[in-house]
Amino acid sequence: MSQADTRPNPDELLARVKAEESRSGRGKLKIFFGYAAGVGKTYAMLEAARREKEEGVDVVVGYVEPHGRPETEALLAGLEALPPKMAPYGGVVLREFDLDAALKRKPRLILIDELAHTNAEGLRHAKRWQDVQELRDAGIDVYATLNVQHLESLNDVIAQITTVVVRETVPDAVLEEADEIELIDLTPEELIDRLKAGKVYLRQQAERALENFFQKSNLQALRELSLRQAAQRLQKDVDAARRDKAVAAPWATNERLLVCVGPSPTSMKLIRTARRMAAAFGAEWIAVAVEQPLAVGHPSATREQISQHLRLAERLGAETRMLIGEKVADTVLDFARQRNVTKIVVGKTALSRWKRLFFGNVVDQLLDKSGEIDVYVIRGEAEGRPRRPVPTQPPAVVWRQYAATAGVVVICGLVGALFHRLRLAEANLLMVFLLGVVVVANRFGRWPAVVCAIANVLVFDFFFVQPYFSFAVSDAEYLFTFAVMLGIGLLISVLTVRIREQLKASQLIEARTAALFRLTKQLGELSGTEFLAQSAGRQLQEIFDAEAVVYLREQDDRLVLRFGDWTSIVAQATNSVVAQWVTDHDQPAGAGTDTLPSATALFVPLIGSQETLGAVGVKPRDPQRFMDPEQRRLLQTCASLIALSIERDLSILKAHEAQLQVQAEQLRNSLLSSVSHDLRTPLAVIAGASSSLLDASPGQTPETRRELLETIVEESRRLTRLVDKLLDMTRLESGKVVLNKQWHVLEEIVGSALNRLRHDLKDHPVRVEIPPEFPLLSIDSELLEQVFFNLLENAARYTPPGSEIEISARPIGAEIEITVADAGPGIPTGSELRIFEKFFRGPAIAPDGRRGAGLGLSICKAIMQAHGGQIRVRNRPEGGAEFTLLLPYVEVAPPVKLDAAPAAGGA
Amino acid sequence: MPTAAPLILLVEDEAPIRRFLRASLAGEGYRLAEADTGRQGLRLATQQPPDLVILDLGLPDMDGQEVLQQLREWLKAPIVILSARDQEKQKIAAFDLGADDYLTKPFGTGELLARIRVALRHAARVEGERESTTFESQALRVDLANRRVFVNDREIHVTPLEYKLLTTLVRHAGKVLTHRFLLKEVWGPHHAHETHYLRVFMANLRRKIEADPAQPLYLLTEQGVGYRLAVD
Repeated sequence: MSQADTRPNPDELLARVKAEESRSGRGKLKIFFGYAAGVGKTYAMLEAARREKEEGVDVVVGYVEPHGRPETEALLAGLEALPPKMAPYGGVVLREFDLDAALKRKPRLILIDELAHTNAEGLRHAKRWQDVQELRDAGIDVYATLNVQHLESLNDVIAQITTVVVRETVPDAVLEEADEIELIDLTPEELIDRLKAGKVYLRQQAERALENFFQKSNLQALRELSLRQAAQRLQKDVDAARRDKAVAAPWATNERLLVCVGPSPTSMKLIRTARRMAAAFGAEWIAVAVEQPLAVGHPSATREQISQHLRLAERLGAETRMLIGEKVADTVLDFARQRNVTKIVVGKTALSRWKRLFFGNVVDQLLDKSGEIDVYVIRGEAEGRPRRPVPTQPPAVVWRQYAATAGVVVICGLVGALFHRLRLAEANLLMVFLLGVVVVANRFGRWPAVVCAIANVLVFDFFFVQPYFSFAVSDAEYLFTFAVMLGIGLLISVLTVRIREQLKASQLIEARTAALFRLTKQLGELSGTEFLAQSAGRQLQEIFDAEAVVYLREQDDRLVLRFGDWTSIVAQATNSVVAQWVTDHDQPAGAGTDTLPSATALFVPLIGSQETLGAVGVKPRDPQRFMDPEQRRLLQTCASLIALSIERDLSILKAHEAQLQVQAEQLRNSLLSSVSHDLRTPLAVIAGASSSLLDASPGQTPETRRELLETIVEESRRLTRLVDKLLDMTRLESGKVVLNKQWHVLEEIVGSALNRLRHDLKDHPVRVEIPPEFPLLSIDSELLEQVFFNLLENAARYTPPGSEIEISARPIGAEIEITVADAGPGIPTGSELRIFEKFFRGPAIAPDGRRGAGLGLSICKAIMQAHGGQIRVRNRPEGGAEFTLLLPYVEVAPPVKLDAAPAAGGA
Repeated sequence: MPTAAPLILLVEDEAPIRRFLRASLAGEGYRLAEADTGRQGLRLATQQPPDLVILDLGLPDMDGQEVLQQLREWLKAPIVILSARDQEKQKIAAFDLGADDYLTKPFGTGELLARIRVALRHAARVEGERESTTFESQALRVDLANRRVFVNDREIHVTPLEYKLLTTLVRHAGKVLTHRFLLKEVWGPHHAHETHYLRVFMANLRRKIEADPAQPLYLLTEQGVGYRLAVD
């Protein structure tokens, strides 16, 4: 063997890592496994629990069957127990395990008796082992008990041994997944002694039990089975350990098993056998059923049966597939090769000899063509004679078809009579009758065609073969003619029907493909979660002829209905709970499943590549629709398509958000650099100037001292303004600014800004041209004054001394236009818009060598926008920049009563 | 008879501000009492009633307005408020509670000293002296006895309400007068909220008195608070 062969293959390693990961987050499951009631499983479990408790583990008894056994009771004492949930059921009250209470209590370890128990109706899960799954998902360790006869795959074997059919079963996967199994063993003799001593059941019950189930031979067989299960499990653990250590050792090749499932009840046995084989080989397994194209889309008892079998296989851990193909063997083998199947399990078919002769036997064909694949043929019967499928109710239109068939026969007869009268060759007559069969086969299907073929032969014989008007035949040669005619008629009918049905099947497949295509296309074209959810919901309604709802998970993990709030699905409150459960557990639930079956719709999760995004619920008008696994699979396909579309959309959104965040980050950085620079410079100047004043070197002239002092004042002023601007910006951006609008005189506001800037503007003549009849403006004076302040401050800084600044205002229509113009260098072309962006700093450098912080104009813009106005800038043709403020003037100022008479007493 | 230098009570919690105010006020010859909390300020005021109070609105132990209110219950001396920029509303409330003037931080000492002088002068006038019959500031002259107004010795014709507004400002020259106060004085108590009246009249008055109404020399705007008549 080469080196490579001795190392675990990567897939397997990955699978093992995954298994371990999922185990680490999940609670551990330990199963106390026995072969019959009374071997002491519960006792052992309680003992183990007491040991744990002594170690300080938080142990709670979730549910222990109250058999009234004193030893058990004694062990129970002192352990915290959850009160059972009382579920009313048909007049009696059933004691059930309270899952929600357990989840709420959330102990480290919980004890659950009787894993195979079937829950009372109305509880969340149909089976107790599903409760256990949920407990483990919640990270709670579980101790549970299980008897061997409840294992799904052993169900039929045990029924054979004990003649008692056990209805409560647990999928083998549950046992396999268990982290630990403790086999509780007791010899059958001891068990029978215990039983006789009344330690298991009460006395009368015990006697009955001894007569039936607890016969020694039964017990021995059961014990053997349980031991074998445990041994298998042990083998597996050893294997796993061996693989971990990568010891060169017999290495199970990657076996893959395929079982062919049919409608006959033998298939159940077949499936269980396949399950055991798969477990023994350590192989994954696939259950397939082949549907011939002519059966597709015809809900029938057969199909129903097949669906049930596939569901069983699914429960036992198989992947299931419904294949469509004319030739069963070829279809199966094609699929098997495609999936690298190494072993095929098939049931021995009980076909009558002539049927086998004519149509061939699937098993023979499989054996014939299987090549490198092993084929196992399993004897089928055991579970009684295959039940004849219940005939589906005959379609109501049937009599009409036969009437029409009769009509065709009559027409054939009349045309035949015409031909006969015209003395045309007999062959032509025969053609006419065959034509009739083709027409009927084409229009009405197989059975009318068969009837037509027979009737035509009879008509032909009766009317056109001598002696006429008698079924008697004079020439024996005609018998051969009849036989051929009937044969051709039947063959034609079969072929025609097949073509017809193949067409129908391909149409159906076409329809499915088209539906998926449409869904993909529609979802691909849309963007926005809301639209996607809407579109998905509508498509689901159309595809499944159903009501549909779409729930999506919000950022805060809340599930929100995004489509279908008018449906009857939403009207029933439990359905939203199901949606939540489905989303949390990534498993389908609701109508037609074992989980929360009381829901009125089938819910499947929307599982994306990263996370589960929500769930869709579908309630078809035909409640049987989802009994067909094909339809369920279609729904799941649709769900994953929807999930991927939504995920794609979200990821685009996220990318966009990330981009915005990067921009915000850049902005913040430029803010930091700009602000820290602008804050530090004046501080440095102030600190420097004041310390040199303090040091006061002897050479310091009064002029120098004055200059230093002026510098300090100047820089303080600069610093103050910067801080003010930052505060303004913060205030405006926080969105908490409420405009304090009052009726103001524009002149006064401009004047106030000019007054504040009188120091800066001492070298700039300012001309204000506001006409005396200018209306009052409804504005926030403080903020608007800030606009003028910032504009004028810029003008003062960036224009040469002596250049004039001009402020003018005029009403234009429903707007007020105010311009602030300077005679400076203007603004660089192309920056007309960017100049109002935060932290945009133009190339302009003030004569003092400083650049602005890039805040003033963005503040102006924010203030103007808050007023419903605008700010624009352009370069004047005659030079200089011109800022234009536009304010809406929609309200008319209230009138002011003026007095005219002069007050002065004299003149 | 020379009176002692005026006593100023400074209520301010920031030590650096107290320090530079101490330096400038002492340099001007004022006596100074300092308090760094509202309570201490109130106590000092009762121990030795000051001639003027400089009160910071943002105090650690109690609301500056509360201090102002308690002082005004018995103290006639002018009170000058120091406030931060984001306390505009409190500023107006402070005037309503009887403050005489305010300064927004940061402020120059020159400005503060000017305000103190104006406030003390007003207080002195209230104390007794008859008001002079003529008001003069730069080129503006208001002859109160004859109800006449001159700018650069040229008589200006004003309406009765404009005159009333002007004389109200003259009576409190140099002091900030709130919108509400002016409205009450000129139009009566029922119009206290129609500030746009006041603004329109002020605009008209400026057009008559000022050379450039947008850059007034006499009728100064105190943004958000009211008006002030400039004194030399």
